[in-house]
Amino acid sequence: MIETKGLSKSFGGIQALSNCTLSLKGHAITGLIGPNGSGKTTLFNLITGFLPPDSGEIYFKGKRIDGRLPHEVASAGIVRTFQLTRVLPKMTVLDNMLIACPRQTGETLSSLFFHSNTIRVEENQNRKRALELIEWVGLSHLKDQWAGNLSYGQQKLLELARALMANPTMILLDEPTAGINPIMIQTMMELILKMKEWGMIFFIIEHNMDVIIELCEWIFVLDNGEKIAEGKPKEIQQNPRVIEAYLGV
Amino acid sequence: MDLFLHLWIMIFIYSIFAMSLNLEMGYTGLFNFGHIAFFGIGAYTSALLTLHQIPFALAFVVALVASGFFGFLLSIPSLRLRGDYFGIATLGFGEILRMVFQNEVWLTKGPMGLPGIPKPILFSYRFATLPQYLLLTMGLTIVTFLILRIIIRSPLGRTLRGIREDEIVLMALGKNAFHFKIKSVVIGSVFAGLAGVLWTHYTTFISPGDFTLSETILVLLIVVLGGKGTEWGPLMGAFVLIFFQESLRFLKLPTEWGRYLAPLQQMIFGGLLIFLMIYRPEGLIREKGEGR
Repeated sequence: MIETKGLSKSFGGIQALSNCTLSLKGHAITGLIGPNGSGKTTLFNLITGFLPPDSGEIYFKGKRIDGRLPHEVASAGIVRTFQLTRVLPKMTVLDNMLIACPRQTGETLSSLFFHSNTIRVEENQNRKRALELIEWVGLSHLKDQWAGNLSYGQQKLLELARALMANPTMILLDEPTAGINPIMIQTMMELILKMKEWGMIFFIIEHNMDVIIELCEWIFVLDNGEKIAEGKPKEIQQNPRVIEAYLGV
Repeated sequence: MDLFLHLWIMIFIYSIFAMSLNLEMGYTGLFNFGHIAFFGIGAYTSALLTLHQIPFALAFVVALVASGFFGFLLSIPSLRLRGDYFGIATLGFGEILRMVFQNEVWLTKGPMGLPGIPKPILFSYRFATLPQYLLLTMGLTIVTFLILRIIIRSPLGRTLRGIREDEIVLMALGKNAFHFKIKSVVIGSVFAGLAGVLWTHYTTFISPGDFTLSETILVLLIVVLGGKGTEWGPLMGAFVLIFFQESLRFLKLPTEWGRYLAPLQQMIFGGLLIFLMIYRPEGLIREKGEGR
């Protein structure tokens, strides 16, 4: 799905990513691991268009997407979540969901006055789907609460549901289980596996090894901005370079 | 009685002005400190056209289009900036425009101002007396309120609020935040222009001194006091502040107090703003939503 060729990015004197070439092919869930500062989030930012690469190319479904703006990448089918969860705090949980619907008729000014029926029908459909997804992640009782009042774990669930609401081909999750309790981690993993069954494709940054091993079919390892290994979870666990990068021995 | 009518006309004009700013500031999170510029463009455009014998209806439309167009022109460069930087850019625009009014004497007669602006005539009905003018402003206030309410309650309004909350998220979800912000500024500018038109044909005399930063601050205060991001907030704020400001003008106070009164008014506004920040930061009317 996603392919990068010789991707590099530096911030001042720090080489965040250097000559990174990787290809996500055919796997429903791919993991991206590496020590802090190894360039994982930078790679996500490059793929999703939030940062321009210094050099290199990015392809999605064979089409080149580097140089496109974030909303264009998202419209092409790649939706991301954020390491530090970002909900829209002073909007209700339901509005957080509804806002994610792509290409809404009611977002153009003229349609508000000339196509109000179309908008009403569309809103009803979107609302139905949003409520289904809210129930699915277990936040039904909070649907009219401001999202900012939710606990961190609940916000993570909302963010996941919202990403799905945007109807993407692929979701990039940046540490989906960081900072939440073990029971919630279990819930999160079940939801991700369920979405995989529905045909969703994932690229996941994660530090929790249990989560990575259980979810991922293929793993890339970054260290100091370079890809040092890739393979199946079992192989990665035994790879001496990976152990060295993580333990420093 | 005349005072009473005058008061309500001013309240309605400022309501429209404040509602237009509320769309940008309260709903989209764009702190536009040069909003007076669009009020001024509407005012000058309509004044100049009607002084050149162009029918009011046409001048009215052209004035709104001009305000919206300049809003569009301003928004393209300035909306590349975020937060405070956008505020500074718009502040600059407001001042530049005042300088244009002041210095392009061939067009605006400069500091001499434009006297004798005719009262509006619509469908051969002349809105000349105070009650007639009050009806006109009230009608247009209601129209503005209803149009903005349709926008605010629509998916478009929801997306604008989303941009206020977190632009990055909206971009990650595939929304062109830049386009939506331009829409917000253009709509806001059109209605600011409308307020300007109503004001100019009411006072029948305008000069560059009427479009200063302190007017922007007054309308900012109206929005913040009333409750930004609420449908009724700007109306409420306009009622309270304009009532206060205009009624002072008509108190039979000794003339020698005059030089104390103007600064005192500014002090009271400033004090009010500080009081609000401490005790009721959300304004008189609160934004809907559960749990605080």
